[in-house]
Formats: sequence, C-alpha cells, structure tokens
Amino acid sequence: MGIAIQVSDVTKIYQRYSHRKQFRTLKSALLGGNLLAELRPDERFEALNDITFNVREGTTFAIIGRNGSGKSTLLKCIAGIAKPSAGTVAVKGRISALIELGAGFHPEITGRENIFINGIMLGLTKKEIRDRFDDIVDFAELEEFIDAPVKTYSSGMYMRLGFAVAIHVDPDVLLIDEVLAVGDEAFVHKCLDKIAEFRRRGKTIILVTHSLGLVEKMADEALWIDHSRVQLRGDPKKVVDAYLARVTHHEENALVAEEEKAVTEFESPKSAAEHDERESEIEPTSAFARKKGRWGSREVEVQEVTLHGADGTARHVFTTGDPVTVRLKVKSTGTIHDFVFGVAIFNADGMCCYGTNTHLEQFTPVKFSGEGEVRFVIPNLRLIEGTYFLDVAAHQRDGYPFDYHRALHQFRVQSKIKDVGIYRPAHRWEFSSNIVLKPPKSTS
Amino acid sequence: MFKNLLTLFRYRVLIQSLVERELKARYRGSVLGFLWSFINPLLQLAIYWFVFSYIMPTRGSMGMSPYALFLFTGILPWTWFSSSVMESSAILISSGNLIKKILFPAEVLPIVVVLSNLVHFFLGLPILFAFLIYYGKVQTTLVYFPAIVVLQLFLTLGICFFVSALAVHFRDVQNIIGNLMMLWFFASPVIYSYLTIAPSIQRYLNYNPMTHILVGYQQILFTGEMGHWPWLLIMIPASLVTFLVGYYFFDRLRETFAEEV
Repeated sequence: MGIAIQVSDVTKIYQRYSHRKQFRTLKSALLGGNLLAELRPDERFEALNDITFNVREGTTFAIIGRNGSGKSTLLKCIAGIAKPSAGTVAVKGRISALIELGAGFHPEITGRENIFINGIMLGLTKKEIRDRFDDIVDFAELEEFIDAPVKTYSSGMYMRLGFAVAIHVDPDVLLIDEVLAVGDEAFVHKCLDKIAEFRRRGKTIILVTHSLGLVEKMADEALWIDHSRVQLRGDPKKVVDAYLARVTHHEENALVAEEEKAVTEFESPKSAAEHDERESEIEPTSAFARKKGRWGSREVEVQEVTLHGADGTARHVFTTGDPVTVRLKVKSTGTIHDFVFGVAIFNADGMCCYGTNTHLEQFTPVKFSGEGEVRFVIPNLRLIEGTYFLDVAAHQRDGYPFDYHRALHQFRVQSKIKDVGIYRPAHRWEFSSNIVLKPPKSTS
Repeated sequence: MFKNLLTLFRYRVLIQSLVERELKARYRGSVLGFLWSFINPLLQLAIYWFVFSYIMPTRGSMGMSPYALFLFTGILPWTWFSSSVMESSAILISSGNLIKKILFPAEVLPIVVVLSNLVHFFLGLPILFAFLIYYGKVQTTLVYFPAIVVLQLFLTLGICFFVSALAVHFRDVQNIIGNLMMLWFFASPVIYSYLTIAPSIQRYLNYNPMTHILVGYQQILFTGEMGHWPWLLIMIPASLVTFLVGYYFFDRLRETFAEEV
C-alpha cells in the first residue's frame, strides 16, 4: 500500500498585523510608498510546529487534541486551504474536505442550483453532478424541497445537503473536521455508515474529532497534537489513553486551584448566630441555587478534605467504578461527646446524588478529642461522567454546626460509557441465546 | 504568477456557473425578475431625458444632441465599471466562507463580479441600440464596439483585482471607494463632452483611463468619427499592464486572504 498523504516538517505561523493603528493604516502605507512592505506582520503565532507524519492509502487516520491545539489548521494545510509556512504536504488523488458544510451555498437560489455550483466548486464536472444528482438529493432526504431557495431550509437540511454534496465528490481522500457533531441522531448514523462505506472501498480518511469513542471505533491510526506539536502517534487506543491521561492531569490542576480558592475564601470561622442568618439567606430555593459556603462554631474543625484513589494518592479525577476514599482531617478544641460526621455528593446541577451521616447510620458518638481522621470509603464509585461537589460536615445530633463545608470540594468523574442519569447501579446485561449481540471492546 | 494566470482558464466552468448564480440570485424573489435588467436602464434613461429636457435643458452643442442619448452611451459603460469596482471592494470579505473553508481560487471572485456586471451592461445595450436606431444614429464605427468592450474589460479586471485584495487588508477601502467613484464619475466625460472641456483641464483628464474608454464609446456609438483613436491605441497596452499589475498584486497577497478575511 502506498502513501496517500505525506506531511513533512510542516510549520504554520499565523501573522498578526497588530501594529496597524486604526488611523494610520492606508495613509501611512501610501505615504510610505511601499504597500507590500507595510503588510508585513510584526507578531507571530505558531499554530503548527514541525509536524511530520504519513497516512497510508486506504486507512482511517484520526487527529485529536484540545481546542486550539492546531488540529484544524493541520487539516486546512492538508486540504490546501492554508499554505504551510515551512515544510510540504503531498496528497495523492482527489481530496474533499468536510470542514464547513455548505460553505459555498447561496441562500437565494434553489437547492438544485446550489448542488451544481457547490459540486463545481468542489471539482466535479457538470456531467458528474448530473449523474450523481439523484443520489445526492436522496442522501440529503430533500426531494420535496430541492427546488426551494436554500434560505428557506432549516439548519439541519442545510447541513444535510452540504454533507451530501461533499461526500458525493467521491474523493480518494476525505477530510472530516468535527462536522458530525451537528445533526440529528439518524443523520449522524447515516453519515457514519457512508464513512464506513468509504473505508471498505479503500479510501483514505482523515478525521478530526473530539469524540474519542469514534476514534477508537473507526481509526487505524491516531495522532495527538497539543501546543502545535505532535505529542504521540500510533495505535488509536494507546493515543487516546495518553490523551485522556493528560486531560485528567489538566482537570486535576484546575480542580485543585478552584478548591484552594473556595476553601480560603471561607476560611474565617463564623459563629452559629451568624450562620443562622446566612442559612436563612442562602437556603436553596431551587436545586440550582447552591452557593459555596462554610460555617459553624469550629469546636470541631474539618481541617482538610481529600479524595484518594486505589493507590492512596490524593486526586480529583476518577473513573466510574474506581474505589474512592474521602478523608476528613478533623480537630476538636476539647473533649466532645455529641458529634456527627456527614458527607453528601451533589452533581453539577445541584442535585443531591447521595447524602449520609454517622447519625443517620445509627452510630452513637462516645467521645472525640485532639486530632483525628474520618474516612468515608466508597469501594466502587457508581457515578456517571460529570463534575460533582462534595459537602462535608461535623455537627451535633440536634443540627448545631461545628464546621459545615458546602460545595467547597469538587471532583470529576470520567467514563467512556456515555450513560445518563444521576446514579449508576451495579448491573449487567443478559440475553437469551437467540438474541445475539457482540460484546463491547474491553474499555480498560 | 503566469502559471496561476493560466489556471484561470481551468476555472471557466466555475466562473460561468458563479456568474449565472449571481444573475439568478439578483432578481430572485422579485415579481418582474429578469425584466429588471431591461427596466433599470430604461428608467435611468427616462430620468436623464426628463432632467435634461425639462428641468435644465442643455444646448445640444458639440455633437451631444440628443443629449439624453449621448448621456446614455456614457452611463452604461460607466455603470459597468463603477459597480464592478465597488462590488469587488467587498467581495473577498463577504465570500470569506469560500476562501477560509474550501479550496477555492480567490481570483475567481472579482472576475465573477466584473463579468456579471458585464452581462448587465449587455442587457442594457438593446435599449441603447433601439434609441440609436430611432434617432438614426447607426454608425459604421460600430464594428469597433467589441474591441472597446475588451479594452474596458481588462482595465476593469486589473483595477478590481487591486481593490479587492487591498480591501482585505485595509477595510477602509470599502468606505473610500464609494466616494472615490463619485469623484471619478465627475472626472470622466459622462455628463459632459470631452471636446467641450478647456485644453488646460483636458490635460489632466487625459491621465484618467476611463476618459479615453468613454470617449471611445461615444465616438463609436454616437458621433461615428474616431478622432480619439491615438489615445485608444495607447489604452491597449495600458489596459493590459493594469490587468497584469492588478493580478500580480492580488497574487502576492493571495496567501494572506484565508487569514485576514
């Protein structure tokens, strides 16, 4: 198999012409007498830095990375829309780029006329378009509307038509930039089917996407770029895992920073009386109105709250199914005989996923003095993907607060399964022998 | 640059379909539709006829009689020129989607602007010819008509390439152009005759390429004597040079378009 795309040492520098002040633009250029010289930039932004890779013919190649990492610029360089500042891109065969669907449509003329013009823009001849016209209309499901002006189309219809034309260019190389993120479920499936058909026919596909599941499912090879450079290239599974690890790391840092901010903000102890006032003020009227806060007499103080994973290290990002331990470092000012420790988990919408305390679970307090540690052990974290807030509290059985942390601590749960809800019960699927399903690829 | 210029030929189908689209889209949705291409110049002629026959009657001296018709021979090519230049100052920016999102030869856009305005110019001609015939002004010099159209085409293309590329980097151009075209209109012999102008001013008018083009039209269509031919001969290389310089400028800035529009 040959090489379909060869990207060698590609660097792309975007230039900013920021030195041009509003009122000395054309005038100074004309007075300076050298218009072309005035158009030289003085600020540079490196969007791609020395990117090199090959894509073999007939393979599907995925490019992943965070927003602004340079993915789309790379795709534009491959498509020939942007020219690399240095390095070369060689593409074998006809190329079709699905970067923005329906980019060339004119709103005033009909879908039929737009198909022809868009097709010509994408490099088809009139005859080729005539031959494929019915397929295009059929694929876009627009038979009834094909003679209506495109401005009357819904955004979904517009997009379907754009995709249909682009895919019927029948390119040797297909570039797809996140275009599948829009559109209803049924059409996305149709597009995926079409892309799968392309793969079967031995066409080369480059896919830029944030959908990591899609990458693992479809790609033969993946490339991860970050900060304009290639981070890793190779087996999609490996690349996705490395990328996720980095994302986790970033989220971790962001959560640590946020928590520090929240805890220091509410550091100063509040008296019980003050708390009552506050409480009535901020009592959530709706689930969404949960404010961060800390109050209590501090006779028992919760000094530190940390979450720990299986290996015992403190973390903020977990995966569904992980064991998690919430550790509270607590300290009492004297010997206390009436005390309760509580923990509650809220999701980002402010809905309580679970809450409990030692009193509810019928522990009877005996005595506590000095410094100690309370551990709330969750052997299997059954939460779906999302950000969660943790409330922790130490108070008396009658509710008199020692130290109450509301929403000061947060953690994030990742999951490759995009299930929904607020709780994930332990479960498995069973089928009678006449119902046959292929089990999912192992996800870890 | 010349290689790029040659590839223009490959885009002829694209250019043709875009011109068609432009023309179709312009009157789509209006009741009279394509008829407007005839009605517009007709109404324009009626206004000039009314103003210069009743409001401020002109002495149809120096080969300008009937004046309304003289005016019309200049107005039609002038409209082609000025609409092209004004539209091309906005075309790259308004078609930014094409330049940024698909592989699209940007020079096609100003070309489409000039050509679709050329078609409008042509659609106004039957009305002009009808009146020329009515007034018995059919001249043998009419055979030179295609030549002067080609001359104006290259001149206009060159200026439009330059203006459209410049407008991408200096948005001010769009505002300047409107006023500049107004000035240019009065500096060109459309509402007055070149021959009636004092030689001291004529000297300056000679630097304006549109002067010679318009005088050319007036002589070919209206007066039937080609006294201006030496100037028109000079305009042949001048138009070509304008075209090439305009294209060169456009070509040099081409790669910055996708980032700047």
